[in-house]
Amino acid sequence: MSKTFSIGGIHPHDNKISINAAIENFPVMERAYISMSQHLGAPAEPVVAKGDKVKTGQLIAKANGFISANVHSSVSGTVNSIEMLPDLSGNLVQHIVINVEGDEWEESIDRSSEINRKIVHSPKEIIDKIAECGIVGLGGAAFPTHIKLSPPPGKKADYLLVNGAECEPYLTSDYRIMLENTEEILIGVKLMMLALGVKKSYIGIEENKPKAIKRMKEIASKGYPEIKIVSLKKRYPQGGEKQLIDAIVGRQVPSMGLPIDVGVVVQNVGTALAVYEAVQKNKPLFEGVVTVTGKCMPEQRNFRMRVGTTFESMIFAVGGFPKDAEKLVSGGPMMGKAVSRIEAASVKSTSALLLLTLEETKRGEEANCIRCAKCVDACPMGLEPYLLNRLSRANRVEDLEANMVHDCIECGSCLYVCPSDIPLLDTIRLSKAKVLKIIRSRPKK
Amino acid sequence: MKKLIVSPAPHLHGKESTKSLMRDVIIALAPSLLVSVYYFGFSAVKLALVGVATAVAVEYVIQKYIVKSKITVNDYSAALTGLLLSLNLPPNSPWWIMFIGSVVAIGIAKMTFGGVGQNLFNPALVGRVFLLVSFPVIMTDYSIPTSWFREGIDAGSGATALSIVKEGLARGLTMDQIFDANNFSYSQMLFSKIGGSVGEVSALALILGFIYLLIRRVIRPHIPVAIIGTVLVFSGVFWLINPESYADPLFNVLTGGILIGSIFMATDYVTSPMSKKGMVLYGIGIGVITMLIRYWGAYPEGISFAILIMNATVPLINMYMKPAKFGKEVKHG
Amino acid sequence: MTATIIFTIASLTVLGLVLALILYFTAQKFKVVEDPRIDDVETILPGANCGGCGFTGCRAFAEGCVKAETMDGLFCPVGGNDVMKKVAEYLGRSVEEKVPQVAVVRCNGNCDSRPKSNNYDGYTSCAVMASLYAGDTDCRYGCLGQGDCELSCDFDAIKMNPRTGLPEVDEEKCTACGACVKACPKMIIELRNKGPKGKRIFVSCINKDKGGVARKACAVACIGCTKCQKVCAYDAITISSNLAYIDYNKCKLCRKCVVECPTNAIWEVNFPVRVPKKAVAEVEQQ
Repeated sequence: MSKTFSIGGIHPHDNKISINAAIENFPVMERAYISMSQHLGAPAEPVVAKGDKVKTGQLIAKANGFISANVHSSVSGTVNSIEMLPDLSGNLVQHIVINVEGDEWEESIDRSSEINRKIVHSPKEIIDKIAECGIVGLGGAAFPTHIKLSPPPGKKADYLLVNGAECEPYLTSDYRIMLENTEEILIGVKLMMLALGVKKSYIGIEENKPKAIKRMKEIASKGYPEIKIVSLKKRYPQGGEKQLIDAIVGRQVPSMGLPIDVGVVVQNVGTALAVYEAVQKNKPLFEGVVTVTGKCMPEQRNFRMRVGTTFESMIFAVGGFPKDAEKLVSGGPMMGKAVSRIEAASVKSTSALLLLTLEETKRGEEANCIRCAKCVDACPMGLEPYLLNRLSRANRVEDLEANMVHDCIECGSCLYVCPSDIPLLDTIRLSKAKVLKIIRSRPKK
Repeated sequence: MKKLIVSPAPHLHGKESTKSLMRDVIIALAPSLLVSVYYFGFSAVKLALVGVATAVAVEYVIQKYIVKSKITVNDYSAALTGLLLSLNLPPNSPWWIMFIGSVVAIGIAKMTFGGVGQNLFNPALVGRVFLLVSFPVIMTDYSIPTSWFREGIDAGSGATALSIVKEGLARGLTMDQIFDANNFSYSQMLFSKIGGSVGEVSALALILGFIYLLIRRVIRPHIPVAIIGTVLVFSGVFWLINPESYADPLFNVLTGGILIGSIFMATDYVTSPMSKKGMVLYGIGIGVITMLIRYWGAYPEGISFAILIMNATVPLINMYMKPAKFGKEVKHG
Repeated sequence: MTATIIFTIASLTVLGLVLALILYFTAQKFKVVEDPRIDDVETILPGANCGGCGFTGCRAFAEGCVKAETMDGLFCPVGGNDVMKKVAEYLGRSVEEKVPQVAVVRCNGNCDSRPKSNNYDGYTSCAVMASLYAGDTDCRYGCLGQGDCELSCDFDAIKMNPRTGLPEVDEEKCTACGACVKACPKMIIELRNKGPKGKRIFVSCINKDKGGVARKACAVACIGCTKCQKVCAYDAITISSNLAYIDYNKCKLCRKCVVECPTNAIWEVNFPVRVPKKAVAEVEQQ
């Protein structure tokens, strides 16, 4: 019996059309544009200068502050410049631009394909290695992993939950690594368990990925008894961390709380793989699996891609812009960001590039709310989006807080189901930011 | 370079629209409509056509010339109101009754509040109650008109089962006597031939429609189940205490407008509560008020009034009965 | 029969009188004692309840005026100097005349000069668009055209022009209440002095990118070339972050900067149309 979360949820078509595309290496680009803001928190500070020669995997920027992460070069070559360039939304962000010459890796990186099962590090060493290698959460938020694995004093983790749900339609990068790098992921999970000091861990996988569930169970049974593979019902947003915790261990994170408040830490399977590579292979985070897919594309691909690859070069590599592609999305179609600058480059947490057709993505014209309550049924946080939308448009900040707008996880289920095409999440997102700002500016008791 | 589309997430949308939802309800009404055409022939067709056409025309005219706003007749909501109202009228009603009913339903109950989604009261019911109060004689004449399809059915008595029961009780007859005198049977009620408005005649057709709506996820079962459950319990209690003076629960559910009311009228999106808890309370309220009117009120059937009264309480229900929020009760697995 | 009628009339009359007395005494007991001057000041005010004065409504402003010691910092932009003089007279105080101001839109990047590079398909709101990305043109600072300013105006004084995609201010209606200034997420709108006979000059651009980048995005952008600053005899123009700004208190409306600007980024409003010297000579010849 597959588990699932208790409130809300929708069932979009999963469109996993790239599910059978084995991971292939994306050809190394000619120029890499490596962003200093690839993670939540303060941008990293460059430690190289124009003209410096760098190797693949070399540290090129240091974490700047408590919540920050190191950035490593994904290519070898010469630093062309350090300048402000637009990200995919057009906002200027500091980038290190490197002219690629060959592909010489740092000598310390173990490039062999043998799986390294021997764990020699202590928990503290594991966390330090994760920080050194610039590992950030690859589930989308890019929160520095070493901080998540170090709960604040007074808070202890009972379980580590690993997110293999991949509930977003179209995305198959997590699926492919679960099939192709199964044991590496399990070792990564084991390392994280050691770092956290937990005895039990669960990996949740949606049941639309039966091959992955089978493979993971198979390898886990051969030496990883502390890791349990849990099958989850296919339902969006199962991959939301609060929903994952609710489904697997039956605990609900309270409002304004974090998973650690209910004794749980959640990490993505991609992060687990990155942790394995960092600790067991000395490889910093500079490449990841990116699904390039779309109904208008002749072929669906899953690439192992270096950080700093422009979206333009990705499109070029798959044969150019399909005629029907009208919108480019970095990430999943429910929570990803629409690309407005194709010259922008990928970052560590880039999981997919979607090419969506007009029919799929064009928004309908907004009509009156017919009070069907489908948004209320869909909201996984038990909120009332129709009400939050109306309060947002009237700027009723106190009522918005009373109706818990700050609990919104921005999953998009409400906008997806609305039969009147009301842009619910657009207005709710703005109010959520306003209310959070007010809540956070209150003096702490 | 092609100009890309940029918008905030999400970038996909579900297939449902107001139009598709209304269309599904109209399809769910098809069995009842077909049965009514079989039994009442041209009258049913006439009422349905006049109802839909008037409703759509009134909405169009008001939106185009009076309010001068966007025209929304192609979301089928006005058409649905007209159709529902036609199914709530006695089969022999003249066309102008239907016309006035539609004008009141759309013009007064819907458009004066601001159009789709803004009305407080169910438009079809406001139309029906307006007609009932203004033209009581016509609205209580349930005589069955001739039909091309069926033969051998007597031109009806002109009264519904409920009114026959109420009258009989007032004259001092017992339930058994009333039932025998009129040849009431459950198979009759389920499949038709019981006097009633155009849409009430076949419980089975209505139930088929209900199942369709549930499968298509257009409505949730809470409101109809709450209403019917309350009616069963309420009438059951009284029937058990005094079976001579109170009809049994099944009779109460299968006659009158309970089925069409609970499946199609009370579940109207705009005028019903937004949370499951609220829907259950709403349904219970409707059930109780309906039975109160049936037993002690002046009218034999009370569901139209019950729904309208509960419509007025819906904003209050929405304010206090909110859906369960995530994280409020911390469960420990 | 008559008894019934008399009884009915009598009982209802008595009931009415009793209730009236109850209402009267309750009103007297729970009366809020207020300074009677507040009512009088409120009648002098225009009654728009727009919040432009910074108070929550006209009554709150009246209360604020009565309770304050001086008229400093109190100004009703809708009523303007006339109303403030009357209020000050009533309260027996003096008030300084405020220079009339008007909202000015500092962007001229319309569909022709600042072409779109993508199509926005989200909710029609500048706030949503600004929080999402840098905009649907190549200028990160320019007007987004979704009309938040038009929605915020209580006086119908600012309207979006569908042809240009930019807002336009109606001088007669604008009360300089500041609502549109707050509503614009890009901070494009500024309250500036209306000027003598409504004449004013301003830089219609807030693009702080380097000149080349700005010019590429918009044909009428300010490129920070400093030509205007050099030609200004009154030190009214400052250049900072590749953007020129004219101080409206120092500007003497000589218009030299308008002519000098190579991208036509500086605007003159309500001036007589210039006739080029060559055309005048031609006319005189005929």
